[in-house]
Amino acid sequence: MTGPRALVVGAGPAGVHAADLLARNGMETIVVDEALRAGGQIYRRPPAGFTRPYRALYGFEAAKAQALHDDFERLEGAVDYRPETLIWNVSRGVAHSYGEASGYGEIPYDALIIATGAHDRTIPFPGWTLPGVFTLGGAQVALKFQGCAIGRRVLFCGTGPLLYLIAYQYALAGAGIAGVLDCAPLGAKLRSLSGLAAAGGVMLAKGLFYTAALRARGIAVVQGALPLEARAEDGRLAALRYRDGQGAAREIACDGIATGYGLAPDTKLADLAGCAFYYHPAARHWLPVSDDDGRATAAGVYLAGDGAGIAGADAAETRGALAAYAVIADRGGSVPMARIAALRRRLARARRFAAALDRGFPFPHEFAAAMADETILCRCEAISAGVLRAAVTDLGATEMNRAKAFSRVGMGRCQGRVCAAAATEVLAAALQIDPEAVGRGRGQAPVKPIPMVAK
Amino acid sequence: MSVTDSDVVIVGGGIAGCATALYLAQRGVAVTLCEKGLAGAMASGVNFGGVRQQGRPLAELPLARRSRGLWPRLGEIIGDTCEFIASGHLKIAHDAAGMADLATYAAAASGHGLDLQLLEGAEMRGRFPWLSPTLAGGSYCAEDGQANPRLVGPAFARAARAAGAMIREQCEIIEADHDGRRFILTAGDGSVFRAARMLNCAGAWGAELAARFGETVPLTARAPQMVVSEPTRYFIEPVLGVCNGDLYLRQISRGNVIFGGGYGIADTGTSRSSVLPENTHSACATAIGLIPRLAGLPMIRVWTGIEGYIADDIPVIGPSRTRPGLFHGFGFSGHGFQLGPAIGEILGELLTDGKTETPIGAFDIGRFAESTDAPSP
Repeated sequence: MTGPRALVVGAGPAGVHAADLLARNGMETIVVDEALRAGGQIYRRPPAGFTRPYRALYGFEAAKAQALHDDFERLEGAVDYRPETLIWNVSRGVAHSYGEASGYGEIPYDALIIATGAHDRTIPFPGWTLPGVFTLGGAQVALKFQGCAIGRRVLFCGTGPLLYLIAYQYALAGAGIAGVLDCAPLGAKLRSLSGLAAAGGVMLAKGLFYTAALRARGIAVVQGALPLEARAEDGRLAALRYRDGQGAAREIACDGIATGYGLAPDTKLADLAGCAFYYHPAARHWLPVSDDDGRATAAGVYLAGDGAGIAGADAAETRGALAAYAVIADRGGSVPMARIAALRRRLARARRFAAALDRGFPFPHEFAAAMADETILCRCEAISAGVLRAAVTDLGATEMNRAKAFSRVGMGRCQGRVCAAAATEVLAAALQIDPEAVGRGRGQAPVKPIPMVAK
Repeated sequence: MSVTDSDVVIVGGGIAGCATALYLAQRGVAVTLCEKGLAGAMASGVNFGGVRQQGRPLAELPLARRSRGLWPRLGEIIGDTCEFIASGHLKIAHDAAGMADLATYAAAASGHGLDLQLLEGAEMRGRFPWLSPTLAGGSYCAEDGQANPRLVGPAFARAARAAGAMIREQCEIIEADHDGRRFILTAGDGSVFRAARMLNCAGAWGAELAARFGETVPLTARAPQMVVSEPTRYFIEPVLGVCNGDLYLRQISRGNVIFGGGYGIADTGTSRSSVLPENTHSACATAIGLIPRLAGLPMIRVWTGIEGYIADDIPVIGPSRTRPGLFHGFGFSGHGFQLGPAIGEILGELLTDGKTETPIGAFDIGRFAESTDAPSP
């Protein structure tokens, strides 16, 4: 007789820790991950043969990255690991997989741990579709995975802890940096400092360290900035025009821009699995409902990592462990209650810190709401903000799905992953309602594009 | 709770219901339409988007011909062209038997003024070289085409509203009765709608509503599945169908290939439907069988919706046989998108004049009555 089978989707900090515990407790465990090697986004590993040391790749996080990679390597043989594979759909206890090498497959499961992480949250501005404009995370992937920079003179623009971290990593790697434009209002950051200090002094210190290190290298750090337009010369990105904290229009020459405003959780699989969602007003996005240990509302489904709510890599490890214990406990296994209580306390601390980050680096929704009508909002379908607004004013849409149906915003290749956050704010402003009342785009398979095959 | 009195109350805000509301409002009839969700959001809004006459049951052709006259005029009728284009429709035969069926149909359809052009294999491949060389031939209809289904129902609803109709969305009718003088409908929020005449345009939910007035219709709710690919070079001009085959396919000028085939799971209780992945794979394989170069093209989204199919595959259209003042227009069995604009006129004529020039006898709800209690003619 075979025991219950757990399927872990994602091999970042949450997925690896969950898989580790499940395997150690004797559960049949399958780990499916889109990447070539385990590690997730934050601890993404270069392809085999690249030799940059951990310290250069991960900075302060080198030891944790090494530990995670080592943990996973120890799991070899204990888990069924399927890299370069996408779970593109789940329905009624079966996950549907696709990999370029393995083709299409079905994975029946008893427990599904969704640890799909997060992606950059962006706000379109004129010129954001020019080659050379990347997300912050994309810029970091280029560096960590391939050891290359996105340009010779890179401008970092946005909000959130990743802004300084990635700029610092670029500086450390010897890349040219045009400047750092911090778009968070200074007041909000100062107000949140007390919360950050109380919740996570070490993380706060790291943030201050990055800022100081950038300044020491003579890199301009502008506070309270607003990007106006990425300008091209001869079809190539040449500069970013922006407004500084005092309201003056300025320009910085650059051939690469990394931009992002915090992270958005990857929740499409949870949506397809039938999980209930709630709106998180401080983070300004929708999240799948889960209890403290990651149990979702859909039977047999558990959530771990940033996909359950943005809280960072350490919290992702904690959540991965909690979800694994929940899977074991729900199937009658014995679990260490004291250890679980400690994990829950640790998660609560991480959540307090995440809440302080939400206050300190609020999503600048007013940028999105004020987007010019001509600005391309949905880049997949090349739809401007004005067309989305017209879906409200001329066609009578009152919520996300109808506005999408009328305008095609979010109907393209990325299925709204890139533009949904900004589109929600444009709609909320046009309708003069809360973003929560705009609602959530209905998720449909596949999670990412997959090829048609003759079978 | 509120009480609304009208001349006519319509249940169901798909294209048929909204188009009828428009027709009536334009003629000064006080009409209220109750839609449980949003207008044009169910089968009317999530169907394949084919505007096709070819292959329809012969009884439907007079309606389809009438509707085809309206499609190019939607811009003036409802203020939105709904992206209609007469891109042609090619119905493909795999073998000689299929070609014989197409020839028989073409002869019959010509009696209705529908011009179909039979293409033998070589000729078809000469014209559409991207088709699989194994296909026997096809039948081409130049005046058929396609439109964007997401736009049509809502545009009819907006036009009806502008003409004076009351369109009530998020208004699910949970009680339907007649007090001897008029129909009394109660919505989930307690609102009451009263009218001397009532129109049932409730789609897959239409049989349930008809049953409240003692009329039985064998209707099955099904969920036809669709797929859309990411954009690729535009090369498929006509909409495609297949003889005895469950696949229909079109490409829009933006480059996306849209096709349907197979059925998912329809739940009329929750108004939700879901896609069965194995049927998505089958539809992809069938599509590649027709157009080999589609192999490897990424699909970006699948979807489905709930449609009402009647046992004999044609809708119920016309007056009730049990309750004077009640009219039906539902169960379009996958044909309602193309027919919708004409259905609005036909039902509008029935409700205002009591008759229509378009032959609708085949769609009489009486065809399902038990012989013992058949209505006297």
